[in-house]
This record gives sequence, structure tokens and C-alpha cells, in this order.
Amino acid sequence: MPQKKEFWRWKEYNWHDEDIDPHAGEIISAGVDVGSVSSQVVIIVDGKLYAFSSMRTGSDSPDSARNAMSWALENTGLEIDDINFVVGTGYGRVNVPMAHKAITEIACHARGANFMYGPKVRTILDMGGQDCKAIRCDHRGKVTNFLMNDKCAAGTGRGMEVFADLLQVSIEDVGELSFKVDHEPDPVSSTCVVFAKTEAAGLLRQGWNKNLVLAAYSSAMAHRVFTLIERLGVEPEFAITGGIAKNIGVVHRLEDELGMKALSSDIDSQIAGALGAALFAKALYEKKMKKK
Amino acid sequence: MITAGMDLGAKTIKIVIMKDGQVIARVKKLSGFEQEILAKEVMNEALVQAGIELDQVDKTVATGVGRKTAPFATDIITEVGAAARGAIARNPNLRTVLDIGAEEGRAIIVTPEGRVKDFAINEKCAAGSGTFVEAMARALEITIEDFGPMSLTSDKAVPMNAQCAVFAESEVVSLLHARTPKNDITRAVCDAISSRIVSMARRVSIEPEVILIGGMAYNVGFVASMKRTLTEMVIQVPDNPEFVGAEGAAWIAHDKLGG
Amino acid sequence: MIANYGYMDGSGEYYISIDTDKCIDCSHHGCVDACPVGMFIIEPDDYDDDVALIKQEFRKKVKYECAPCKPVSNRPPLPCIKACTPGAIGHSW
Repeated sequence: MPQKKEFWRWKEYNWHDEDIDPHAGEIISAGVDVGSVSSQVVIIVDGKLYAFSSMRTGSDSPDSARNAMSWALENTGLEIDDINFVVGTGYGRVNVPMAHKAITEIACHARGANFMYGPKVRTILDMGGQDCKAIRCDHRGKVTNFLMNDKCAAGTGRGMEVFADLLQVSIEDVGELSFKVDHEPDPVSSTCVVFAKTEAAGLLRQGWNKNLVLAAYSSAMAHRVFTLIERLGVEPEFAITGGIAKNIGVVHRLEDELGMKALSSDIDSQIAGALGAALFAKALYEKKMKKK
Repeated sequence: MITAGMDLGAKTIKIVIMKDGQVIARVKKLSGFEQEILAKEVMNEALVQAGIELDQVDKTVATGVGRKTAPFATDIITEVGAAARGAIARNPNLRTVLDIGAEEGRAIIVTPEGRVKDFAINEKCAAGSGTFVEAMARALEITIEDFGPMSLTSDKAVPMNAQCAVFAESEVVSLLHARTPKNDITRAVCDAISSRIVSMARRVSIEPEVILIGGMAYNVGFVASMKRTLTEMVIQVPDNPEFVGAEGAAWIAHDKLGG
Repeated sequence: MIANYGYMDGSGEYYISIDTDKCIDCSHHGCVDACPVGMFIIEPDDYDDDVALIKQEFRKKVKYECAPCKPVSNRPPLPCIKACTPGAIGHSW
């Protein structure tokens, strides 16, 4: 029997910079972001991005942290003991075995975004697998105002996964397909993902094609996160992080609604939290050394 | 005088035909994509059951989420108004109506005349409605009919953290993986939803007597959870709890004709 | 920092906001005892300031947990807001 295809399942990956010799660096610090859906590890050498990994979170947070860490270290020649300081963040932050300190994902995202997009970033929208955060920060990446939503699946990656599964479309293709339509449909009217799914099933029966339904849901989702971020007030510049930042179907529609373009960065948007944690780790290590 | 009440709900269509205040037909069908056509079919069935023709019905009033597209109806009434009128007709001593349907939960305080005094609604979120139980039944791979009775066999309170139906589905799957017995999970689901309903209901001042209506009243596990949560009151569950709204609509038709 | 705890779902927006800059200079922390269900706690935040926050276990249920303090009609002033002398607390609903 063929195995049931899991349309929502995205790829896991790791990366390291071949041009950096980590052993030549003074401070090696790492951030471990154990999210409810995915876990990331970022290793920085003297404040420069050196390596990262992204994996699906398993049922056990410490194991997920260990796995993501060893994958980030893979082929780098580094050992876990070479890392001077580790900060854990994310939903499972208190269960990161190698972490010296835990810091909330809100603070880490702001700091990570400050590094990725530069000090001009003031508003960050993080769309994760099971939550959505809107963060305002100052030029140093310190949080001034935040709001999150992790109670409801609407506006989270999970909501989009439900639709990918319903429509049997791979999650990585959703964004592009949602633009392959002859007109932009009205957004799905239900906020609740369960009710939206029922609504979408009705639309399919009415003869809507998959792409049109994806467009309708993508714009509903864009509107959803728009209301979240509007509550906080959007101050430019504005950046999007997290897994959904890769979904152009939602991002472009959100940019249209905001009348503002999101900043772009060469660095993978999904690692913002872990990167911020690694930057906190570096600062904390320096503080610790100064005390000695 | 013959009146009809139609309740076009999110999940089911209910029609009641009443003759001089006595129910002479009641029919329920799953709601679907073409609700207007389905409503006509349900009405025809109800007419057959009552042994009358459509033109013998003096007035039809519609309620429910699909009320605006209801065929035959000359008037419409909100779900809250219909539930209040229907409940008071069942028992004039009622003051609090808890109406939990497929997509909405409501707590309504009624006057002795069947008018709405105060109400609170849980809407547009599956967490406070019958849909939540349905989604969990799917995750557990059990039928909705088995859900309530199964939960009664559990005496263990397993905590459920997720509020959202989508996240709760994943949580149920994890509980299953951790070999949590299915009956304990069904009870956890019933407890979770009733605690949400009760805290919503407490926003209005609950007065005795209390009645529980709507499709969820068929779920014995949910009813048991409600009784455990709202300990200060006796909760009545009537026969045909899902028809109270349609009856209310039929009563309003009756009232409008000066009956 | 203005910290908003709570959520948005299909039925609406339910956020309790705490202006933590005002907590830093507050010494009596009236919020902790005022809330009948004990939602508030004083803890160091990420920048090592002692501030009020909503305990994790309440954050996804504020609509339900706050319900007893928010009757549909004749709503009295909220105890948490009344007890917070620096005026740091706000409710979105």
C-alpha cells in the first residue's frame, strides 16, 4: 500500500559557512530555538553567522534540541564543548539541556531581526508554526511592545498546513499557486481554521479550483495577521520572520494591505529566534568574562 | 391554527409543524451545500408526517444561521430569540437557556414571557461548539454517537492544554501516542468544552431553572461534564433538545397570528 | 515595554496589556493579590527588570478566566486595574 503523502511536511536543512574557521574565533556562541513545530540552532563566531540547522520538533524537547544541535555542528569540525555559551528560546526553552540561560522568543526575535535587517527595523511580524507574534523594537533590538497569539491556529503555519492537506498541495508550493488565478477572490470569511475548512470544502463543491481556494485562504490569513499587527501599530521599517515569511502568497497580500514592503535579508527568516538567542549568548558570555 | 418553525443550523436543518400549540411533525436532516433545496425537502417530509398540505400552514418563521435564505418563511427570528421562546413554551419556569449547537454556544436569560433579558454568545470559534467534539472524535477515530457514552466510563481527569480545535487535535494524537486510554481523552474533551461554556454562561447571571438544548445536549458525556462544572444549579435536558429553536420559531409564528 | 498577553480567535480579541516600564518603579504590586484567580506574578523579564506578567497557564484562557469579573451588564471596575496604582494594566475587551 502506498504511504499516505503528507502535504504539510516541509524540508529540514542545515548550513555552515565554509569560509569561516571557527577555531580561529574568540567567542563561539549558540542559540537553540525549540518551537512547537520546528527547532533551530544557530552558531555564531565572534558575532558572525557561522552555522545553522532547522528540524521538525519531536515529541521530546531535550531530544529535539540535541538533534538540531548535532545537525548544526555536522561537518563543521566543532564539538558541543567548543561552544562558550548557549541560550535556549522558544516554546521549549526551559527544556534545552545544553543552555546556560533561557530567554523568551519575543526578545530573541527582536534581537535576531535587528541583526538580520539592521537597526532600522522597528516592527517584526513572526509567523511560526503554531503562533504569530507582532513585536515593536528600538534601534538596539530591544522590545518596546509585543503581542502574540498562540491560542488559535488562524494566522499560524498550522492553519496553512491544514489547507495544504485539504487541497493536497505541497506546503512549499502554496504561495506560488495562490497567484495562479484569473482573479483575486474574496477571502474565506471564517477566521476559525475548522470553520474555514468547512467553508473551503463548500467552495470546492461549487466548482472553485484549488488555486482559487488557496488564494482565498491566503488573503484571509494575510488579513488575520494584519489585524494582529495593526493592534500594535506598524512603524516602518517592517520585517517578517518565521516559516510563513517564505510563503509569498501570504506575504505579498499582507504587504498590499499594509501598503508597505517587508525588508529582505540574505539570512533565512526562519532562524531569527535562534540567531537572537545566539547574540544574547555572546553578550552574556562577555559579561561573564568581564566579571571574572 | 397551523404554524411551522424552521431552524436552518450550521450542521442540521430542523422543522417543526405545530397545530394550536401542539407539535404535529418534527423532522431533522443533515444540512448541506444547497441548504434551500434541502430545506424544501425537509418541509415536504414534515408536511407528510403532519398529514397536511403546504397551503394549510398559516405562517412559517425561520431561524438559524441560514434563516435569511429559508424558503416559505415570511418572518425570521434570531437563534437567541427562537431558543428563548421555544424553551419557555417547554417549561414556563425556565430562566436560563444554555443552547450549544454545532458552531455556536449561547447562554440566554429569559423572562417568564419568553423574551430575552440578557445573553452571552460563544461564536465563530470552534472551541466552544459541537464542532470541537466532532473534530476530536475524528482524531480518536470513534463515532460521535460513541463519544458521550465512552466518556462516562472514565473517572480520570486528564488535562488538555490546547484551546483551539486544530491544536487540540494534535494534542489528542499525542495523548494517544502516550497510550492514554480513549475514554479518558473523551472525558477530557467534554470537560474542556463544558468549562468554556460555563464560564461564558457565568457572564450572565444564571438563574434557576436551567435547561440545556441544542445538538450537544444529546452528548451524555458533555451533559455529565456540565453538571459537574455548574454544580450550583440543576440542569434539565429535555426530549428532542435540538428542536427547541424550531419550536420557538413556530411559536413566534403562532404569536404573530394572535394565537 | 508594553506586553500584551492573551489572544485573538474567531470570536474576538482578548488581551491584557501591561506597561512594564511602570512596573519597575512600583513597589506594592497590587495586581498580584487583586486578581481573584491569581493570574499575575512578578518576575524578572528578559532585560532583568522585575515586572508583572500573566502566568503562562492563563494566557490562552483570559476570555474565560476573566469572565467572572466581566458580567454582560452592570460591569464593575476590574479589580486588577483598580489595584494597579501606576496604571500599567489595560484590557482590550
